[in-house]
Amino acid sequence: MSIPVLPRWLPFEWIVAIRFLREGRTQTAFIMGGIAIGVGVIVFMSALLSGLQSNFVRRVLTGQAHIQLLQPKEIARPLRGGDRDILQGAIVQPPLQRLKGIDQWQSVATQIRAIPDVLVVSPAVTGSALVVRGDASRAISVIGMEPELYFRIVPLAEKIVRGSTRVTVSDILIGTELASDVGVGVGDKMRITSATGSENTLTITGVFDLGSKGANQRTTYIALHTAQSLLGLPGGVTALDVTVRDVYAAETIARRITASTGVEADSWIETNQQFFAAVSAQTTANTAIRFFVALSVAFGIASVLVVSVVQKSREIGILRAMGIARGQILRVFLLQGGLLGLGGALAGSLLGALALVAWQRLARNADGTAMFPLSLDPTLFALALLLATATGLLAATAPALRAARLDPVVAIRG
Amino acid sequence: MADPSSATTPVVRLQGVRKSFNVGEPNETEILHGIDMTLNRGEFCAVMGPSGSGKSTLLNIVGLLDRPTQGTLSVCGEQTTSLDDHALTRLRGHSIGFIFQYHHLISAFSALENVMMPILGDVTFPNADMAERAAALIDSVGLTPWRDQPVMQLSGGQQQRVAVARALAMNPALLLADEPTGNLDTRSADAVFDLIRRVNREQGTSVLFVTHNQALAERCDKIIQVIDGRVVDSGAQKN
Repeated sequence: MSIPVLPRWLPFEWIVAIRFLREGRTQTAFIMGGIAIGVGVIVFMSALLSGLQSNFVRRVLTGQAHIQLLQPKEIARPLRGGDRDILQGAIVQPPLQRLKGIDQWQSVATQIRAIPDVLVVSPAVTGSALVVRGDASRAISVIGMEPELYFRIVPLAEKIVRGSTRVTVSDILIGTELASDVGVGVGDKMRITSATGSENTLTITGVFDLGSKGANQRTTYIALHTAQSLLGLPGGVTALDVTVRDVYAAETIARRITASTGVEADSWIETNQQFFAAVSAQTTANTAIRFFVALSVAFGIASVLVVSVVQKSREIGILRAMGIARGQILRVFLLQGGLLGLGGALAGSLLGALALVAWQRLARNADGTAMFPLSLDPTLFALALLLATATGLLAATAPALRAARLDPVVAIRG
Repeated sequence: MADPSSATTPVVRLQGVRKSFNVGEPNETEILHGIDMTLNRGEFCAVMGPSGSGKSTLLNIVGLLDRPTQGTLSVCGEQTTSLDDHALTRLRGHSIGFIFQYHHLISAFSALENVMMPILGDVTFPNADMAERAAALIDSVGLTPWRDQPVMQLSGGQQQRVAVARALAMNPALLLADEPTGNLDTRSADAVFDLIRRVNREQGTSVLFVTHNQALAERCDKIIQVIDGRVVDSGAQKN
């Protein structure tokens, strides 16, 4: 009869810990189930929230630059006489904001491009104009830009529903609503009149859908030079649009740009503060949920191990009598905590992944497309495993210390 | 260190050993009142006495599970008074085997694995040698057919024989048996006693055998009577 040998690669503590867990398999299964549900909830919620946030960010940033440098606003200066303390005008009226370019924009753009985290700097001229076709007229917002730069910031190609993104000096891109309102399509001509009375007739080369009715009614894109002459700003730009490598670093970089160029730079974070407040609230809520789930998992593991120490106190006593050191007993119970955490986390990660797949299949828009893309990020699963194992080890510390400190005489006596 | 292989070498020597509980408190109680005792290599000694007389406390002290409040104890020639917990644990693991009234086998393991436990705890990783030694010990207690059975499926007598095999796993110089036959029927009790006696004779293992059974005690080399925490009679048997 061959002699069965325990696994040679497993040390004593692992063998005893695994056997103890296997012996109390019902207890082990229940606590692992609890941990799995907890970890599953954490994985599912974290992936959902992260997907939701990146979807929001993507939506916000597909229509705007990460940082925008705008021309300084004109301010009213009180009229003073010879005595600096005495005002001569009784009423100070806010001045009208004329269309004005950024001073020395070429040099400012060069300075910004030199910042390491900056990817693209695109000059733009924006202003309002009027589209007239027959009896119909519509007020529009004209954005003059250099397509090769601007389309790296706003990927308009994704939004084009008819035509192309070609924008030469005689071309214009318009929204679906405007096209419908004035009854035009790709290849048609459109006459545009600016507030200063300048006119230009442009060919529609593309119709886009920005996902918002208002934006589709008003927004139009033309070439930078065309916009400069139409809006009476030859050689000037009213804005510099900037994209950066890390979208969440935009605010810091914007401050750096303002400090180095003296031009006011607004980051997308500043212009979307409400959105950020919502994201921050969601993150806080998610962190709180994660904390409490982890806490309940920890208490579950600790309670199971406390019971196990009581149940096994005689066996611990006899192990001590056989010459097993306190440190070995400590490790047996720490390992049980770690293994419970790890096992529960593996099952929980699977559960969370299944829930995410189910969510992606079930939660759909009216047109059948996914509500928003969810990614099964391996880092999230690795973190969940690490967190649960660490929680298990931490939760096992008190019972393990108790087991290691058991007086063998008392333990054997029971 | 004295050579424990010599027949006259004391394996255990107690000098003026006292043991008190709740030391320094109003309810301080002295259980052992100055025990002097020697157990030589290969001696089989019965310890008798009424319940509460201090037999188990004496055994716990000799087994290094408890420390004396006063006096000295040497095991296998090593003075234990100044040893720390780690050194005591190591000495206990290498030199002393325990058999209790209740077998205290680890229910998560088979009979063979229970016998392997003391060796595994000492060397950490399992190997073929320890499995072979455990199998030989299981064979020597006549349990080879039940070797791979979970210990809870064995009878009381079989479990106690596994406990004897486990106590011998590290080839200890001293075997401490605390009423090992107390829970067994006469036949099983005789079998377990014979087994311990055989180990004592064949391997020269010294044995302290606590029992209430006069018939078994009379089969030992000597009997120590412990009454009210004192050794009142320590003498060799006629046989």
